Amino acid sequence: MGYFTKFGDFQFDVLREIGNIGAGHAATALSKLMQKEIDMKVPQVSIIPFDQVADCVGGAETVVVTVFLRVEGDSPGNMFFILDMDSAKHLLHQITGIEKDVYEWEELEVSALHEIGNILTGSYLSSLADFTQLNLQPSVPALAVDMAGAILSYGLIELGQAGDVALTIDTAFFEGNEKVKGNFFLIPDPESLPILFRALGVPFDGN
Amino acid sequence: MEIIKIGMADLGVAKAPSRLRTTGLGSCVGVVLYDSIHKIAGMAHVMLPESSLAKGGELTVGKYADTAIPFLIDQMEKAGASTRHLVAKLAGGAQMFAFLGNNDTMRIGPRNVEACKLALKDAQIKIVAEDTGGNCGRTIEMDATNGVLQIRTVNQGVKEV
Repeated sequence: MGYFTKFGDFQFDVLREIGNIGAGHAATALSKLMQKEIDMKVPQVSIIPFDQVADCVGGAETVVVTVFLRVEGDSPGNMFFILDMDSAKHLLHQITGIEKDVYEWEELEVSALHEIGNILTGSYLSSLADFTQLNLQPSVPALAVDMAGAILSYGLIELGQAGDVALTIDTAFFEGNEKVKGNFFLIPDPESLPILFRALGVPFDGN
Repeated sequence: MEIIKIGMADLGVAKAPSRLRTTGLGSCVGVVLYDSIHKIAGMAHVMLPESSLAKGGELTVGKYADTAIPFLIDQMEKAGASTRHLVAKLAGGAQMFAFLGNNDTMRIGPRNVEACKLALKDAQIKIVAEDTGGNCGRTIEMDATNGVLQIRTVNQGVKEV
């Protein structure tokens, strides 16, 4: 568990606010792309065993479309933009006019989803960088369509060397009629948390 | 028949007619061992190659190839299996995000597979089947009655080894 246990309500509030700001900007970007209203749920900040990380998107075997990027710079971590298959299909249709069965995607469709993911994760990250005044750079984002457990475990490799639990900032969003819904996940590396807190002037003596 | 679920960085042993199952293997490797004489199966869901990567804290033995495999063998012996009868099968170790391949962390799948093979070689256990690498997630289920390992992927359906 390490210093996760030393977090108080205030620290959790700050992490939720990070989710709010980042995902808020990303949701605005998505809303512009789709020309539809996008709502957001209150970000969930959880400290969960590795096994349960995939539960919030329907379990380890649920097939999802994910854009993943590694956050590099002052406060490294992993970021995921996750859509279920039906949502990805609707999103694709909404933005590009392409209407295809989810199992018939070709390069063009996959590349469109990839680009949408890039825009949204980029927007999350840059608003976070502005807010914290930290230097945060995205790696080249990568896309995968596969089991949620297999994909999300990539976000746990760094954490796995330090413990058995992950701190996730999960923000769910949905379009008015819930035809498109998904999640933004930020999983900061453990050593990034004190840096984030310091940048935001939050007292924390977890070291 | 009971299905015993093995979580990430976990391991377990089953006797016939029970089954062992682990879901959503990405870069992780599912190592299964089988003693066909005593009909005892073991499974580990290995996440990282070496315990030397651990940064302090308590060591979770099931997490690392070099600690999980000897511990699994030990647990199986306690359950009545004998090491000289054991054979191994491997699944997983994928690279889910192909073009991040240069980064050492992202190459974790192949490194996990190599580390498992090394640990099995040290224990003088033969690998009789392998479905590793690629870029797809896998769910595996092992039947302790006959040692058959079922491997399910999203795009290629189910196969048995």
